[in-house]
Amino acid sequence: MQKKFDALLDSGDVTRRRVSLLQRVHLDGWLLLLILLIGSVGFFILYSAGSKSEALLIKQASSFAVGLFVMAVIAQLEPRLMARWAAGLYIIGFGLLVVVEVMGHSAMGATRWINIPGVMRFQPSELMKLFMPLAVAWYLVRHNLPPTFKHIVVSLLLIVLPCALIARQPDLGTSLLVAASGLFVLFLSGLRWRWIIAAIAAAVPAGIVTWLFFLRSYQRQRVMTFLSPESDPLGSGWNIIQSKAAIGSGGTTGKGWLAGTQSHLDFLPESHTDFIIAVLAEEFGLVGVCLLLLCYLLLIARAFIITLQAQTVFNKLLAGSITLTFFIYVFVNIGMVSGLLPVVGVPLPFISFGGTSLVTLLSGFGILMAIHTHRKWISYA
Amino acid sequence: MSSPIRLKDHALDKRLIHSRLMMTALLVLLLSMVLVARMYYLQVVQYEHHSTLAENNRIHVQPLPPTRGLIYDRNGVILAENRPSFSLTITKERAGEWQAVLQEIVKVLQLDEENFIQFEERVTQVRRPFEPVPILFELSEEQIALIAINQFRLPGVEVAAHLVRHYPKGKSFAHSVGYVGRINEDELKKLDKVRYSGTHHIGKTGVERFYEDELHGEVGYEEVETNARGRVLRVLKRNEAQSGKDIYLTLDYELQQVAKKALAGRRGAVVALVPDTGEILAMVSEPSFDPNLFVTGISFKAYGELRDSIDQPLFNRVLRGLYPPGSTIKPMVAVAGLDTGVITPSSKVFDPGFYQLPNNTHKYRNWNRLGDGWVDLDLAIARSNDTYFYDLAYKLGIDNLHKYMDSFGFGQRVALDVFGESAGLMPSRDWKRARYRQPWYPGETLILGIGQGYMQSTPLQLAHATGLMATRGKWVRPHLAKTVGGVPVTDESPHPDIKLSNSKYWESVRDGMESVMHGARGTARKVGEGSPYRIAGKSGTAQVVAIKQGEKYDRDKVQERHRDHALFIAYAPAENPQIAVAVMVENGESGSGVAAPVAKMVLDGWLLGPTADEDIEPQTQETE
Repeated sequence: MQKKFDALLDSGDVTRRRVSLLQRVHLDGWLLLLILLIGSVGFFILYSAGSKSEALLIKQASSFAVGLFVMAVIAQLEPRLMARWAAGLYIIGFGLLVVVEVMGHSAMGATRWINIPGVMRFQPSELMKLFMPLAVAWYLVRHNLPPTFKHIVVSLLLIVLPCALIARQPDLGTSLLVAASGLFVLFLSGLRWRWIIAAIAAAVPAGIVTWLFFLRSYQRQRVMTFLSPESDPLGSGWNIIQSKAAIGSGGTTGKGWLAGTQSHLDFLPESHTDFIIAVLAEEFGLVGVCLLLLCYLLLIARAFIITLQAQTVFNKLLAGSITLTFFIYVFVNIGMVSGLLPVVGVPLPFISFGGTSLVTLLSGFGILMAIHTHRKWISYA
Repeated sequence: MSSPIRLKDHALDKRLIHSRLMMTALLVLLLSMVLVARMYYLQVVQYEHHSTLAENNRIHVQPLPPTRGLIYDRNGVILAENRPSFSLTITKERAGEWQAVLQEIVKVLQLDEENFIQFEERVTQVRRPFEPVPILFELSEEQIALIAINQFRLPGVEVAAHLVRHYPKGKSFAHSVGYVGRINEDELKKLDKVRYSGTHHIGKTGVERFYEDELHGEVGYEEVETNARGRVLRVLKRNEAQSGKDIYLTLDYELQQVAKKALAGRRGAVVALVPDTGEILAMVSEPSFDPNLFVTGISFKAYGELRDSIDQPLFNRVLRGLYPPGSTIKPMVAVAGLDTGVITPSSKVFDPGFYQLPNNTHKYRNWNRLGDGWVDLDLAIARSNDTYFYDLAYKLGIDNLHKYMDSFGFGQRVALDVFGESAGLMPSRDWKRARYRQPWYPGETLILGIGQGYMQSTPLQLAHATGLMATRGKWVRPHLAKTVGGVPVTDESPHPDIKLSNSKYWESVRDGMESVMHGARGTARKVGEGSPYRIAGKSGTAQVVAIKQGEKYDRDKVQERHRDHALFIAYAPAENPQIAVAVMVENGESGSGVAAPVAKMVLDGWLLGPTADEDIEPQTQETE
């Protein structure tokens, strides 16, 4: 038997790929390298932004370690299993969001956390960032692509319900990312253009209605401040004015590491979390920003390749959504800090301080690695 | 009819997904370019703008107030100094509910509601943001301790050490040196905001006011880096302030004390000056007040008492007290008479005790109702004979009289550097027409000849005119500052000297003035008696209430405050004048009896030096 199998392998009908150590442990070298590269850049920026606090670095490093571990664990899972669990995970995630809605833990004016005393405190909305594309992809691949109207409606319901709950917490940034992860699946699945155009046409009146009836005053304030930050320079416009000053004063090559006055003299708010790109821009200038952006694009490019090489439709949809959602993180974060977009709480991936988003992001890359490293290579000529 | 069941076509699905992926990849590139463009716009195009913004954020310029110049007397006795003092400051921006904090301060230091109102007033003054405003000065040790203990309840409140003006001689120089006080709202509007940033006090009167620019100095500044909460982190650049110039006055502390003592508590004014140089040696206006009260902010009650006092301690009698010069003007009128030739030193006038204008029944009385008989110039001055001067004035006419009195400085500001000097009044035809729309009457010329009527002069003008007599018409403006920052003061627009057709006339008048002191019939012969040096003097009385025709001045009938002011002018030694004095004693009645002894003591004080029996107050005298 063994001999027969060996003979078959040697026959030339079967190609056997040389499998590296990384692939054997289901990790992707390129992704890992770029993540570690961006992550280490992040530590330098964080050291500067966090007023040289080592405690902050240690905390971030341990989050990173946990995230990498979770990533590695998820990378071991067969994507087929993920597809099988998608519905269940989505229901669990949605259930947790309801729990938050009913009895969540409040901090800083928002109810986002579930607190299990002594054990942990986590945000179900973060889980939803991964469960959402899983669920939508799982739902859509059960039928032919492109999705029909009915499927679109069901998908939209799958997307809108949890997003509404998250937006109510209120957490506009996460809600936006969760919605994006679902909508990207829908778009990649070949959503017909007429539906897209119709949706945009409907979005305008819907936007007006939302503005009038659903947005919290602080959210409206954010939008208004975005439109003209100078109107309230000491109040809600302060953040954006200071971050623009930080970025702009960096110039082409920056003021040098640890020499950014805006962040070190506390003019820049939230300098170690959402606004950290301003610190980088101030200290390393346009060159620094472009290099970081290049790293992100390389990471995204690798993720695109993984998506293209994915072997099932489900995997493609999932990988594509994760990739594009990652880009949304980068785009929205830099866009909002530089005053292009309203300030919604979206962190800069791998650089902003914060364990939860780090673990979520790395989990997403774990899925990408799983998709890439669990491909079947035996094919019959 | 029914559409065919579509089978799952994975290849087709993949192609569809791939085309969509390509689109999104393009979108990713496009949006990335948008980000780069945005960053380029902020960091390259708008670099200057944002760079300035960030620098302005970070760098604050803090003023370094200069140290105010010191004021000394002519011998280096310090009259105005800067003393370290602790004051309570509050920074509105850091205090939060600052009114509540002020209430807390009032409670902690056990002050009253009046203080609170004062605090509020000070805090609400226009200031630069984050500039601490001093609200309470001269904190005691106990108060500092109380603030320290309660610091946690007083956000934005700090005890600050700085220099505060102090006048060690207290009341003695209040009317000459003046005082500084807190810059008020009106002054703030007029001031150079940059020059006075960080300075809370400004000269209000006296030398402090006149030489404000020189005393103040030049403000320095330091550029400090601050964080978002305004806390100073480090000093980037420091430009030291330039201290104000020190001023040496012409005043003599000891002579000032002598003059003050000579007045012996009576209300009045004494001015002494060096005729040749115009240096004011003493300038006393009594009663006086403690200028230190005004530096730190006088309480409403204390100020009210000073302002409403019947003795008017705030009133500077030397500079602003307007009195008819009375008979003290007679030597100057005599000079006018001699120079115009209407009299000669030996021409005589018969005095029956009164003077009558031709075709007029009105009797212009001599003070001596019995009359002095035939009177020449020497006797006229010595006896202060009114009739002689009525006649002289009549012969001179108002125009000549005005011309000569004007050349002696009457009716104009004479001093070089005193603040708030009054011009007095020297009437003329034009003046009367403008003021009363009436012609000039000859009778008015007569009484002008004995220094009564419309004419008003200040003690300073009298002293200056006396100086002119002493220097034979050499005009030097009286001044208080000897040197400012080591540089002697100069008169930019010197007044022309008085030139007489025959300079002997000066001697003729001087002889008369000497006779006042030393002559057998001199009005002040008792004062001149036994003097080791010759004095040229002239007494005078200034009417406070006009006496009706035919009525006799009866001192018992007249209320104390309505009694005549006693005046006396003198210079000495007569042959080589070194000092000229003018004395005014309010309601003193007798120029020769009350004012002359005061003048004599001042002359003695300067010419003979302080004698053992004149126990001058020690220089270390402290203010109350």
